[in-house]
Amino acid sequence: MRVSFTVNGRRQEADNVWEGESLLFALRERMGLPGSKNACEQGECGSCTVLMDGVPVCSCLVAAGQAEGRDIVTVEGLADRAARRSGRDAPGTSLQDARGWRPDDPGLSPVQRAFVDAGAVQCGFCTPGLLVAADDLLEREPRPSDADIREALSGNLCRCTGYEKILDAVRLAAARTREREGER
Amino acid sequence: MDFLRPAGWEEALAVKAEHPDTVPIAGGTDVMVEINFDRRRPDRLMDLGRVEELRDWEVGEETVRLGASVTYTQIMENLRTELPGLAIASHTVASPQIRNRGGVGGNLGTASPAGDAHPALLAAGAEVEAESVRGSRRIPIDAFYTGVKRNALAPDELIRAVHIARADGPQQFSKVGTRNAMVIAVCAFALALHPRTRTVRTGIGSAAPTPVRAAEAEEFLAGALEEEGLWESRGAVPPSVAAHFARLAAASCAPIDDVRGTAAYRRHAVAVMARRTLGWSWESYRGGRSAPCV
Repeated sequence: MRVSFTVNGRRQEADNVWEGESLLFALRERMGLPGSKNACEQGECGSCTVLMDGVPVCSCLVAAGQAEGRDIVTVEGLADRAARRSGRDAPGTSLQDARGWRPDDPGLSPVQRAFVDAGAVQCGFCTPGLLVAADDLLEREPRPSDADIREALSGNLCRCTGYEKILDAVRLAAARTREREGER
Repeated sequence: MDFLRPAGWEEALAVKAEHPDTVPIAGGTDVMVEINFDRRRPDRLMDLGRVEELRDWEVGEETVRLGASVTYTQIMENLRTELPGLAIASHTVASPQIRNRGGVGGNLGTASPAGDAHPALLAAGAEVEAESVRGSRRIPIDAFYTGVKRNALAPDELIRAVHIARADGPQQFSKVGTRNAMVIAVCAFALALHPRTRTVRTGIGSAAPTPVRAAEAEEFLAGALEEEGLWESRGAVPPSVAAHFARLAAASCAPIDDVRGTAAYRRHAVAVMARRTLGWSWESYRGGRSAPCV
Protein backbone atom coordinates (compact mmCIF):
# COMPACT_ATOMS: atom_id res chain seq x y z
CA MET A 1 0.00 0.00 0.00
CA ARG A 2 0.98 3.63 -0.32
CA VAL A 3 1.32 5.76 2.80
CA SER A 4 1.83 9.49 2.77
CA PHE A 5 2.69 11.65 5.72
CA THR A 6 4.80 14.64 6.70
CA VAL A 7 8.39 13.86 7.63
CA ASN A 8 10.53 16.65 9.05
CA GLY A 9 8.30 19.33 7.63
CA ARG A 10 8.01 17.93 4.11
CA ARG A 11 5.26 15.81 2.62
CA GLN A 12 6.59 12.33 1.73
CA GLU A 13 5.19 9.17 0.23
CA ALA A 14 6.21 5.58 0.76
CA ASP A 15 5.22 2.93 -1.75
CA ASN A 16 4.97 -0.84 -1.47
CA VAL A 17 4.49 -0.61 2.25
CA TRP A 18 3.54 -3.97 3.72
CA GLU A 19 0.40 -3.72 5.86
CA GLY A 20 2.08 -5.07 8.99
CA GLU A 21 5.15 -2.92 8.59
CA SER A 22 6.24 -0.49 11.30
CA LEU A 23 6.70 3.23 10.83
CA LEU A 24 10.34 2.65 11.78
CA PHE A 25 10.82 0.26 8.84
CA ALA A 26 9.11 2.67 6.46
CA LEU A 27 11.35 5.54 7.60
CA ARG A 28 14.56 3.55 7.37
CA GLU A 29 14.00 1.26 4.42
CA ARG A 30 11.44 3.07 2.25
CA MET A 31 12.56 6.66 2.83
CA GLY A 32 16.26 6.08 3.41
CA LEU A 33 16.32 7.80 6.81
CA PRO A 34 18.51 5.58 8.99
CA GLY A 35 18.71 8.03 11.90
CA SER A 36 15.99 6.29 13.89
CA LYS A 37 17.55 3.06 15.12
CA ASN A 38 16.13 -0.42 15.18
CA ALA A 39 17.14 -2.40 18.25
CA CYS A 40 14.50 -4.17 20.31
CA GLU A 41 11.40 -3.92 18.09
CA GLN A 42 9.22 -4.11 21.19
CA GLY A 43 9.21 -0.61 22.60
CA GLU A 44 11.71 -1.26 25.36
CA CYS A 45 14.82 0.59 24.22
CA GLY A 46 13.57 3.88 22.77
CA SER A 47 16.23 3.93 19.99
CA CYS A 48 13.47 4.40 17.41
CA THR A 49 11.82 7.36 19.17
CA VAL A 50 10.25 9.92 16.82
CA LEU A 51 7.68 12.65 17.36
CA MET A 52 4.26 11.82 15.98
CA ASP A 53 1.98 14.86 15.94
CA GLY A 54 4.43 16.40 18.39
CA VAL A 55 4.49 13.54 20.89
CA PRO A 56 7.38 11.08 21.44
CA VAL A 57 6.48 7.53 20.40
CA CYS A 58 8.35 4.35 19.59
CA SER A 59 8.17 4.19 15.80
CA CYS A 60 8.64 0.40 15.93
CA LEU A 61 5.21 0.13 17.58
CA VAL A 62 3.34 2.38 15.16
CA ALA A 63 2.06 0.59 12.06
CA ALA A 64 3.19 2.53 9.00
CA GLY A 65 -0.45 2.80 7.91
CA GLN A 66 -1.31 4.51 11.18
CA ALA A 67 1.02 7.36 10.23
CA GLU A 68 -1.09 8.25 7.18
CA GLY A 69 -1.60 12.01 7.19
CA ARG A 70 0.31 12.48 10.43
CA ASP A 71 3.27 14.71 11.20
CA ILE A 72 6.50 12.86 11.95
CA VAL A 73 9.78 14.36 13.15
CA THR A 74 12.91 12.19 13.23
CA VAL A 75 16.35 12.98 14.59
CA GLU A 76 17.24 14.23 11.11
CA GLY A 77 14.66 17.00 11.49
CA LEU A 78 15.58 18.25 14.96
CA ALA A 79 17.68 21.17 13.71
CA ASP A 80 14.83 22.36 11.52
CA ARG A 81 12.41 21.96 14.39
CA ALA A 82 14.66 23.94 16.73
CA ALA A 83 14.93 26.70 14.13
CA ARG A 84 11.15 26.82 13.79
CA ARG A 85 10.79 26.94 17.56
CA SER A 86 13.05 29.96 17.82
CA GLY A 87 11.15 31.75 15.07
CA ARG A 88 13.80 31.37 12.40
CA ASP A 89 13.14 30.34 8.81
CA ALA A 90 12.60 26.58 8.74
CA PRO A 91 11.86 25.10 5.34
CA GLY A 92 11.77 21.49 6.55
CA THR A 93 14.41 18.88 5.87
CA SER A 94 14.40 17.06 2.55
CA LEU A 95 15.19 13.37 2.39
CA GLN A 96 18.36 14.16 0.52
CA ASP A 97 19.56 16.67 3.10
CA ALA A 98 18.69 14.25 5.86
CA ARG A 99 20.74 11.50 4.22
CA GLY A 100 23.68 13.84 3.80
CA TRP A 101 23.69 14.85 7.44
CA ARG A 102 27.14 15.07 9.09
CA PRO A 103 28.07 15.47 12.74
CA ASP A 104 30.20 18.53 11.98
CA ASP A 105 27.25 20.15 10.27
CA PRO A 106 26.69 23.66 11.63
CA GLY A 107 22.97 23.02 11.46
CA LEU A 108 22.76 21.14 14.71
CA SER A 109 19.90 21.64 17.13
CA PRO A 110 20.91 22.91 20.59
CA VAL A 111 20.31 19.49 22.09
CA GLN A 112 22.49 17.80 19.45
CA ARG A 113 25.25 20.37 20.00
CA ALA A 114 25.08 19.77 23.74
CA PHE A 115 25.39 15.98 23.32
CA VAL A 116 28.53 16.50 21.22
CA ASP A 117 30.04 19.02 23.62
CA ALA A 118 29.26 17.02 26.75
CA GLY A 119 30.66 13.80 25.28
CA ALA A 120 27.30 12.13 25.74
CA VAL A 121 27.81 9.85 22.75
CA GLN A 122 29.71 6.61 23.00
CA CYS A 123 28.68 3.94 20.50
CA GLY A 124 25.92 6.27 19.35
CA PHE A 125 23.17 3.75 18.83
CA CYS A 126 20.81 5.08 21.49
CA THR A 127 21.67 8.70 20.71
CA PRO A 128 18.99 9.54 18.11
CA GLY A 129 16.19 8.33 20.40
CA LEU A 130 17.64 10.21 23.36
CA LEU A 131 17.95 13.37 21.28
CA VAL A 132 14.30 13.24 20.23
CA ALA A 133 13.14 12.54 23.80
CA ALA A 134 15.39 15.27 25.23
CA ASP A 135 14.30 17.79 22.61
CA ASP A 136 10.67 17.13 23.50
CA LEU A 137 11.40 17.54 27.21
CA LEU A 138 13.16 20.89 26.72
CA GLU A 139 10.32 22.16 24.59
CA ARG A 140 7.80 21.33 27.31
CA GLU A 141 10.02 22.22 30.26
CA PRO A 142 12.88 24.68 29.70
CA ARG A 143 13.99 24.30 33.33
CA PRO A 144 13.87 20.58 33.95
CA SER A 145 14.85 19.20 37.33
CA ASP A 146 17.04 16.10 37.39
CA ALA A 147 13.93 14.11 38.20
CA ASP A 148 12.20 15.56 35.12
CA ILE A 149 15.16 14.56 32.94
CA ARG A 150 15.28 11.04 34.34
CA GLU A 151 11.56 10.63 33.84
CA ALA A 152 11.65 11.97 30.27
CA LEU A 153 14.54 9.69 29.33
CA SER A 154 13.29 6.63 31.22
CA GLY A 155 12.19 4.97 27.99
CA ASN A 156 15.61 5.21 26.36
CA LEU A 157 18.26 2.64 27.17
CA CYS A 158 22.00 3.31 26.82
CA ARG A 159 24.36 0.38 27.37
CA CYS A 160 27.62 2.36 27.18
CA THR A 161 27.78 5.59 29.10
CA GLY A 162 25.94 5.01 32.31
CA TYR A 163 23.78 8.07 31.60
CA GLU A 164 25.79 10.64 33.57
CA LYS A 165 27.09 12.43 30.49
CA ILE A 166 23.68 12.20 28.89
CA LEU A 167 22.18 13.98 31.91
CA ASP A 168 25.01 16.54 31.67
CA ALA A 169 24.17 17.12 28.01
CA VAL A 170 20.49 17.76 28.71
CA ARG A 171 21.36 20.15 31.55
CA LEU A 172 23.81 21.92 29.23
CA ALA A 173 21.25 22.23 26.44
CA ALA A 174 18.71 23.63 28.91
CA ALA A 175 21.18 26.15 30.32
CA ARG A 176 22.24 27.34 26.87
CA THR A 177 18.69 27.69 25.68
CA ARG A 178 17.80 29.79 28.70
CA GLU A 179 20.93 31.89 28.21
CA ARG A 180 20.09 32.49 24.57
CA GLU A 181 16.58 33.46 25.38
CA GLY A 182 17.85 35.90 27.99
CA GLU A 183 16.25 34.03 30.92
CA ARG A 184 12.79 34.98 29.81
CA MET B 1 -2.88 -8.66 4.96
CA ASP B 2 -5.43 -5.87 4.65
CA PHE B 3 -4.99 -2.58 6.46
CA LEU B 4 -8.34 -0.96 7.22
CA ARG B 5 -8.83 2.62 8.33
CA PRO B 6 -12.43 3.14 9.36
CA ALA B 7 -13.27 6.84 9.61
CA GLY B 8 -15.74 6.31 12.43
CA TRP B 9 -17.06 3.96 15.08
CA GLU B 10 -20.05 2.63 13.10
CA GLU B 11 -17.75 1.69 10.25
CA ALA B 12 -15.36 -0.08 12.62
CA LEU B 13 -18.23 -2.11 14.09
CA ALA B 14 -19.40 -3.05 10.60
CA VAL B 15 -15.92 -4.32 9.69
CA LYS B 16 -15.71 -6.35 12.90
CA ALA B 17 -19.16 -7.83 12.24
CA GLU B 18 -18.30 -8.85 8.70
CA HIS B 19 -14.81 -10.13 9.57
CA PRO B 20 -14.66 -11.09 13.25
CA ASP B 21 -11.03 -12.15 12.88
CA THR B 22 -10.05 -8.51 12.25
CA VAL B 23 -7.40 -7.39 14.74
CA PRO B 24 -8.03 -3.87 16.03
CA ILE B 25 -4.95 -1.72 16.56
CA ALA B 26 -5.00 1.53 18.54
CA GLY B 27 -1.77 2.40 20.40
CA GLY B 28 -0.13 -0.63 18.82
CA THR B 29 2.03 -1.30 21.85
CA ASP B 30 0.87 -4.93 22.11
CA VAL B 31 -0.21 -5.73 18.54
CA MET B 32 2.93 -4.42 16.84
CA VAL B 33 5.22 -6.42 19.13
CA GLU B 34 3.46 -9.59 18.03
CA ILE B 35 3.70 -8.64 14.36
CA ASN B 36 7.35 -7.53 14.64
CA PHE B 37 8.24 -10.87 16.18
CA ASP B 38 6.26 -12.95 13.70
CA ARG B 39 3.97 -14.25 16.42
CA ARG B 40 0.89 -13.05 14.63
CA ARG B 41 -0.09 -12.54 10.99
CA PRO B 42 -3.71 -11.37 11.00
CA ASP B 43 -5.55 -11.24 7.68
CA ARG B 44 -6.90 -7.84 8.63
CA LEU B 45 -5.51 -5.07 10.76
CA MET B 46 -7.96 -2.29 11.63
CA ASP B 47 -6.54 1.06 12.74
CA LEU B 48 -8.80 2.71 15.33
CA GLY B 49 -6.65 5.85 15.33
CA ARG B 50 -9.17 7.80 13.31
CA VAL B 51 -12.13 7.02 15.55
CA GLU B 52 -12.21 10.28 17.45
CA GLU B 53 -14.80 9.36 20.07
CA LEU B 54 -12.50 6.65 21.47
CA ARG B 55 -10.16 9.40 22.65
CA ASP B 56 -12.75 11.26 24.73
CA TRP B 57 -13.62 10.93 28.38
CA GLU B 58 -16.59 12.21 30.33
CA VAL B 59 -16.61 12.80 34.07
CA GLY B 60 -20.07 12.01 35.40
CA GLU B 61 -21.42 12.23 38.92
CA GLU B 62 -20.73 8.60 39.81
CA THR B 63 -18.44 7.34 37.11
CA VAL B 64 -15.90 8.35 34.51
CA ARG B 65 -16.60 7.09 31.02
CA LEU B 66 -13.12 6.59 29.68
CA GLY B 67 -12.83 6.14 25.91
CA ALA B 68 -10.89 3.01 24.96
CA SER B 69 -8.03 4.96 23.35
CA VAL B 70 -7.50 7.62 26.02
CA THR B 71 -3.78 7.31 26.66
CA TYR B 72 -2.08 6.60 29.96
CA THR B 73 -0.43 10.03 29.70
CA GLN B 74 -3.84 11.70 29.46
CA ILE B 75 -5.11 9.70 32.45
CA MET B 76 -2.09 10.77 34.52
CA GLU B 77 -2.47 14.39 33.50
CA ASN B 78 -6.25 14.80 33.66
CA LEU B 79 -7.89 12.19 35.88
CA ARG B 80 -5.76 12.00 39.03
CA THR B 81 -8.54 13.27 41.25
CA GLU B 82 -11.32 11.13 39.85
CA LEU B 83 -9.30 7.97 39.22
CA PRO B 84 -6.28 8.12 41.56
CA GLY B 85 -5.56 4.37 41.54
CA LEU B 86 -5.63 4.15 37.76
CA ALA B 87 -3.52 7.32 37.49
CA ILE B 88 -0.81 5.83 39.70
CA ALA B 89 -0.96 2.55 37.78
CA SER B 90 -0.74 4.46 34.49
CA HIS B 91 2.44 6.13 35.69
CA THR B 92 4.06 2.70 36.13
CA VAL B 93 3.33 1.66 32.55
CA ALA B 94 6.55 1.23 30.57
CA SER B 95 7.90 4.63 29.46
CA PRO B 96 6.68 8.05 28.29
CA GLN B 97 6.76 6.84 24.67
CA ILE B 98 4.50 3.89 25.46
CA ARG B 99 2.20 5.91 27.72
CA ASN B 100 1.73 8.39 24.87
CA ARG B 101 0.23 5.61 22.74
CA GLY B 102 -1.22 2.90 24.96
CA GLY B 103 -4.58 3.04 26.71
CA VAL B 104 -6.92 1.03 28.89
CA GLY B 105 -8.95 -0.34 25.95
CA GLY B 106 -5.87 -2.09 24.62
CA ASN B 107 -4.91 -3.34 28.07
CA LEU B 108 -8.39 -4.90 28.36
CA GLY B 109 -8.32 -6.27 24.82
CA THR B 110 -4.99 -8.00 25.44
CA ALA B 111 -6.14 -9.07 28.92
CA SER B 112 -2.65 -10.05 30.02
CA PRO B 113 -2.58 -10.99 33.71
CA ALA B 114 0.33 -8.52 33.96
CA GLY B 115 -1.55 -5.52 32.49
CA ASP B 116 -1.02 -2.57 34.81
CA ALA B 117 -4.53 -1.11 34.54
CA HIS B 118 -6.38 -4.24 35.67
CA PRO B 119 -5.73 -4.18 39.44
CA ALA B 120 -6.73 -0.51 39.58
CA LEU B 121 -9.94 -1.16 37.62
CA LEU B 122 -10.83 -4.11 39.87
CA ALA B 123 -10.24 -2.04 43.00
CA ALA B 124 -12.13 1.04 41.84
CA GLY B 125 -15.03 -0.92 40.37
CA ALA B 126 -15.67 -0.69 36.64
CA GLU B 127 -17.72 -1.89 33.70
CA VAL B 128 -16.46 -2.46 30.18
CA GLU B 129 -18.69 -1.00 27.48
CA ALA B 130 -18.54 -3.48 24.61
CA GLU B 131 -20.31 -2.82 21.36
CA SER B 132 -21.12 -4.62 18.14
CA VAL B 133 -23.62 -4.04 15.34
CA ARG B 134 -25.99 -6.10 17.53
CA GLY B 135 -25.90 -3.47 20.24
CA SER B 136 -24.04 -2.29 23.29
CA ARG B 137 -23.59 -3.99 26.66
CA ARG B 138 -21.78 -3.40 29.93
CA ILE B 139 -19.55 -6.19 31.22
CA PRO B 140 -18.74 -5.97 34.95
CA ILE B 141 -14.97 -5.92 35.38
CA ASP B 142 -15.15 -8.94 37.70
CA ALA B 143 -16.59 -11.00 34.84
CA PHE B 144 -14.35 -9.60 32.11
CA TYR B 145 -11.16 -11.61 32.53
CA THR B 146 -11.84 -15.22 31.56
CA GLY B 147 -8.35 -16.74 31.24
CA VAL B 148 -4.74 -16.01 30.37
CA LYS B 149 -5.02 -13.31 27.70
CA ARG B 150 -8.71 -14.09 27.29
CA ASN B 151 -11.66 -11.85 27.93
CA ALA B 152 -15.45 -11.87 27.75
CA LEU B 153 -15.71 -10.03 24.42
CA ALA B 154 -17.67 -11.72 21.64
CA PRO B 155 -15.79 -12.06 18.33
CA ASP B 156 -17.75 -9.23 16.73
CA GLU B 157 -17.40 -6.83 19.67
CA LEU B 158 -15.06 -3.89 20.17
CA ILE B 159 -14.35 -2.00 23.40
CA ARG B 160 -15.89 1.45 23.22
CA ALA B 161 -15.17 2.70 26.73
CA VAL B 162 -14.71 1.76 30.37
CA HIS B 163 -17.02 3.12 33.04
CA ILE B 164 -14.97 3.49 36.20
CA ALA B 165 -16.42 4.49 39.57
CA ARG B 166 -15.14 7.89 40.68
CA ALA B 167 -13.00 7.63 43.80
CA ASP B 168 -14.93 8.21 47.01
CA GLY B 169 -11.83 7.60 49.11
CA PRO B 170 -8.10 7.03 48.89
CA GLN B 171 -6.73 4.57 46.35
CA GLN B 172 -3.27 3.09 45.94
CA PHE B 173 -1.35 0.93 43.50
CA SER B 174 1.94 -0.87 43.94
CA LYS B 175 4.00 -2.91 41.52
CA VAL B 176 7.10 -5.06 41.88
CA GLY B 177 9.73 -5.06 39.14
CA THR B 178 13.47 -4.97 38.67
CA ARG B 179 13.57 -1.26 37.89
CA ASN B 180 11.29 1.75 37.84
CA ALA B 181 10.59 2.11 34.11
CA MET B 182 10.08 -0.38 31.32
CA VAL B 183 9.03 -3.20 33.57
CA ILE B 184 6.44 -5.93 33.24
CA ALA B 185 5.01 -6.45 36.70
CA VAL B 186 6.39 -9.39 38.65
CA CYS B 187 3.20 -8.79 40.58
CA ALA B 188 1.03 -5.79 41.43
CA PHE B 189 -1.59 -4.81 43.99
CA ALA B 190 -4.25 -2.11 44.03
CA LEU B 191 -6.43 -1.04 46.91
CA ALA B 192 -9.39 1.33 47.06
CA LEU B 193 -11.16 2.47 50.20
CA HIS B 194 -14.84 3.17 49.62
CA PRO B 195 -15.93 5.10 52.72
CA ARG B 196 -19.39 5.78 51.32
CA THR B 197 -20.30 2.10 51.25
CA ARG B 198 -17.78 1.23 53.95
CA THR B 199 -16.18 -1.33 51.71
CA VAL B 200 -12.69 -2.05 50.53
CA ARG B 201 -11.85 -3.35 47.08
CA THR B 202 -8.60 -4.79 45.79
CA GLY B 203 -6.98 -5.98 42.60
CA ILE B 204 -4.02 -8.29 42.11
CA GLY B 205 -1.95 -8.46 38.93
CA SER B 206 0.48 -11.08 37.65
CA ALA B 207 -0.19 -13.53 40.46
CA ALA B 208 -2.94 -15.70 38.93
CA PRO B 209 -4.03 -16.70 35.40
CA THR B 210 -6.15 -13.54 35.33
CA PRO B 211 -6.20 -10.31 37.30
CA VAL B 212 -8.19 -11.11 40.46
CA ARG B 213 -9.66 -9.52 43.54
CA ALA B 214 -8.75 -10.66 47.04
CA ALA B 215 -12.40 -11.09 48.06
CA GLU B 216 -11.80 -12.71 51.44
CA ALA B 217 -9.25 -10.10 52.38
CA GLU B 218 -11.67 -7.33 51.38
CA GLU B 219 -14.48 -8.79 53.49
CA PHE B 220 -12.25 -9.34 56.48
CA LEU B 221 -10.88 -5.81 56.37
CA ALA B 222 -14.26 -4.14 55.89
CA GLY B 223 -15.61 -6.21 58.82
CA ALA B 224 -12.68 -5.30 61.06
CA LEU B 225 -12.91 -1.59 60.24
CA GLU B 226 -16.63 -1.66 60.98
CA GLU B 227 -16.28 -3.61 64.18
CA GLU B 228 -13.67 -1.25 65.60
CA GLY B 229 -15.60 1.82 64.45
CA LEU B 230 -12.58 2.99 62.46
CA TRP B 231 -14.49 4.54 59.55
CA GLU B 232 -15.87 7.12 62.03
CA SER B 233 -12.98 7.43 64.46
CA ARG B 234 -10.35 7.43 61.72
CA GLY B 235 -8.15 5.63 64.24
CA ALA B 236 -5.14 3.56 63.28
CA VAL B 237 -5.64 0.09 61.81
CA PRO B 238 -4.29 -2.41 64.36
CA PRO B 239 -1.14 -4.15 63.04
CA SER B 240 -2.76 -7.54 63.59
CA VAL B 241 -5.63 -6.56 61.26
CA ALA B 242 -3.20 -5.32 58.59
CA ALA B 243 -1.16 -8.52 58.91
CA HIS B 244 -4.19 -10.76 58.53
CA PHE B 245 -5.42 -8.71 55.58
CA ALA B 246 -2.01 -9.23 53.96
CA ARG B 247 -2.10 -13.00 54.60
CA LEU B 248 -5.57 -13.29 53.07
CA ALA B 249 -4.49 -11.23 50.05
CA ALA B 250 -1.56 -13.59 49.47
CA ALA B 251 -3.91 -16.55 49.83
CA SER B 252 -6.09 -15.34 46.95
CA CYS B 253 -3.17 -15.59 44.52
CA ALA B 254 -2.59 -18.60 42.29
CA PRO B 255 0.85 -17.67 40.97
CA ILE B 256 3.33 -19.63 38.91
CA ASP B 257 7.12 -19.79 38.74
CA ASP B 258 8.39 -18.02 35.64
CA VAL B 259 11.34 -15.97 34.42
CA ARG B 260 10.20 -12.92 36.34
CA GLY B 261 9.79 -14.55 39.73
CA THR B 262 8.76 -17.61 41.67
CA ALA B 263 5.27 -18.35 42.93
CA ALA B 264 6.50 -18.15 46.53
CA TYR B 265 8.09 -14.75 45.93
CA ARG B 266 4.91 -13.45 44.32
CA ARG B 267 2.80 -14.56 47.30
CA HIS B 268 5.21 -12.91 49.66
CA ALA B 269 5.36 -9.69 47.63
CA VAL B 270 1.56 -9.47 47.33
CA ALA B 271 1.28 -9.70 51.12
CA VAL B 272 3.85 -6.91 51.52
CA MET B 273 2.11 -4.70 48.95
CA ALA B 274 -1.30 -5.35 50.51
CA ARG B 275 -0.05 -4.22 53.90
CA ARG B 276 1.74 -1.17 52.47
CA THR B 277 -1.08 0.03 50.22
CA LEU B 278 -3.46 -0.33 53.16
CA GLY B 279 -1.07 1.73 55.30
CA TRP B 280 -0.74 4.50 52.70
CA SER B 281 -4.47 4.61 51.95
CA TRP B 282 -5.55 4.55 55.57
CA GLU B 283 -3.10 7.29 56.56
CA SER B 284 -4.53 9.37 53.76
CA TYR B 285 -8.09 8.63 54.96
CA ARG B 286 -7.11 9.56 58.51
CA GLY B 287 -5.71 12.83 57.19
CA GLY B 288 -9.17 13.52 55.83
CA ARG B 289 -8.04 13.76 52.25
CA SER B 290 -10.34 12.13 49.77
CA ALA B 291 -7.55 11.23 47.41
CA PRO B 292 -3.91 10.42 48.06
CA CYS B 293 -1.03 12.59 46.97
CA VAL B 294 0.35 11.15 43.78
